Amino acid sequence: MSILKDAITALLGEDVHFIEGYQYPAKVVFCSVPREKFVESARAMKKAYALLAAEWAADETSLGRGYGIFACYRWGSEYLIVKTEAPADDPAFPSLTKKFLPAYRFERQIQSLMGITPLDHPDTRPWIKFEDWPEDSWPLRKSFDASRPMPRVKGEYKWTRAEGEGVYEIPVGPVHAGIIEPGHFRFQAVGEDVLNLEERLGYVHKGIEKRFEALSWQEGFRLAGRVSGDTTVAHSLTFCMALESLAGYNPPERAHWIRALLLERERIANHLGDIGAICNDAAFAFMLYQMMRLKEMLLRTNHKLFGHRFIMDRVIPGGVAVDIGAEGKDEILSELARLSKDFERLVTIYEENPSLEDRVRNTGMLKPKRAREICAVGIVARASGLNLDCRIFNPFPPYDQYDRLELDVPVMISGDVHARTWVRVQEIRESIRIIRWILENMPDGAISVPFETPPPDKAGFAAVEGWRGEIIYWLQSGLAGEVNRCMVRDPSSVNWLGLERAIPGNIVPDFPLCNKSFNQSYSGHDL
Amino acid sequence: MIRILKQIFRTGIVTEPLPLDAKQEIEVVGLKMEEAIRKRFRRSITIRQVDAGSCNGCELEIHAINNPIYNCEKYGIHFTASPRFADMLLVTGPVTHNMEIALRRTYAATPSPKLVVAVGDCACNGGIFGESYASLGGIDKVIPVDARIPGCPPTPLQLMLGLTRLLESTEEQKSR
Repeated sequence: MSILKDAITALLGEDVHFIEGYQYPAKVVFCSVPREKFVESARAMKKAYALLAAEWAADETSLGRGYGIFACYRWGSEYLIVKTEAPADDPAFPSLTKKFLPAYRFERQIQSLMGITPLDHPDTRPWIKFEDWPEDSWPLRKSFDASRPMPRVKGEYKWTRAEGEGVYEIPVGPVHAGIIEPGHFRFQAVGEDVLNLEERLGYVHKGIEKRFEALSWQEGFRLAGRVSGDTTVAHSLTFCMALESLAGYNPPERAHWIRALLLERERIANHLGDIGAICNDAAFAFMLYQMMRLKEMLLRTNHKLFGHRFIMDRVIPGGVAVDIGAEGKDEILSELARLSKDFERLVTIYEENPSLEDRVRNTGMLKPKRAREICAVGIVARASGLNLDCRIFNPFPPYDQYDRLELDVPVMISGDVHARTWVRVQEIRESIRIIRWILENMPDGAISVPFETPPPDKAGFAAVEGWRGEIIYWLQSGLAGEVNRCMVRDPSSVNWLGLERAIPGNIVPDFPLCNKSFNQSYSGHDL
Repeated sequence: MIRILKQIFRTGIVTEPLPLDAKQEIEVVGLKMEEAIRKRFRRSITIRQVDAGSCNGCELEIHAINNPIYNCEKYGIHFTASPRFADMLLVTGPVTHNMEIALRRTYAATPSPKLVVAVGDCACNGGIFGESYASLGGIDKVIPVDARIPGCPPTPLQLMLGLTRLLESTEEQKSR
């Protein structure tokens, strides 16, 4: 019983071919359609109210095929991946942008890095690939030699322009004023009102997806942990889960629970930092320093118990590298008691401050309709009325014990800075509760199983709710069981589009505030 | 308002002296740092942080040295928004192909004499990202580096100690 499977069969009939035994876990439906039916399959998904979660391409020439183009759709707890193929001598596929907005950037990325043309795409400017890259540099192709530096060529990026009396332009970045990552924003404004915001990202493109192909599976989880340093637990966890599905083994129950514990600790730490930073950008520095103090408390406990402040490299393929004993449990419980008490006091201060309220309410609104259009995920989606959370819809233990855990997912509909802050506040409360529950109920046993090499020419998929939102990894093994492709989809890849849509109509000085409330990753997006 | 004041008084001053294991070093070096900053930088050193391709891990820790617990401002360390006012560039990440020009320009915009510190394993040698079409490797491939603070990411304490050592050593030398 799968709604998406039924929907695609109803519209495409004989043309859709369901493939079993290639991609794992088996509950994620995998099917292929002919190239000319690719848009039709998107139409079927749109009719079934599915959202586009990711779109990517893989060079399968070394597997004796052409290029594979994949689109991953999500509806409720179902995932469906549609594959279509393009022969190596005709690398092109029909664009899905007119059906699903997030395909806009995914497809520009496919064209820029894999050299496969999305036909009928409204915007053919390169993305992540800069104008000074040689035209024929497609790093994700197998024929590309990634070890050598690239020469620079002359080129120009065509920005969106606005004309008219009194219209002026503000370029910002890539080197920003604060201690943050690089990216370029260009505003067209009249007076203080922003007419349009155009983002240009790609400055921190480190060639991560290509780098995965040069590393072994056992090294890969370390690289995954550095895709976005603030989300290290969730990224390495997603990578490991995809790898475990691919290789067909399951970590022990206790390892799952410890993973969930680390994931929730990462969520609390980052949300605390974000709430403080949002208030700071509304000139309420008091909150920043208070929140930073609480965050530091958490990071120190991490360092003491797990040996790393951000818990890097502690989630490994087959389990986890750290266990937690009775002392650790007490340590966390007493830390949470202190944290929770101080946090609640600060929340009251946040709520009772009218000058803060004036800045955060009705600012940077991403309407539910817009959020749905861009297929937003994570906190951004939940602040704009979309009830999405992988912990509920695609759970791993212990999240799958719905009746015992009773996970409460906050959803707001106003979509403004306040909504995004408030979703974080409620998630911190919930995470504190989950951690306490995990510590009380965690089963005993081993914390890891030995690594196994994946079988040749298979694929593995995983989706995990990191603190920003749903992270997706799709791994494909080559003929010798090596890494053929590692697709990374950070929540930022879709949510950055949300910022572009939330800004017009706001005043220029509110931009930092709005940007902070989204707080998307540059590194996770640029890869 | 009363709640804010109450919370402020309840919290008190949380800034810590650096912990015991680092204390000995700090007693010797830390005093010298303040001394060096006082002499060489007229009581305050101004730092511009540049992310040349980092994963954001190092940025979080650089943020942390500004938090009330470490409170680097008490040593006269101040972060600025513009390279024009900076005495020092704190550079993180492997230099990406796409950030190389921006990094060179930031360096050029910083008035001499200036110091450059490479923060984190990636900034020292490219780290796990290595050298490739997109990553040029360590910061010294692009601009001259005066000091390195390794770690993935370096802890706030390691950062403060790294800065201290550099400032102490420049005490005797002439900056460029």
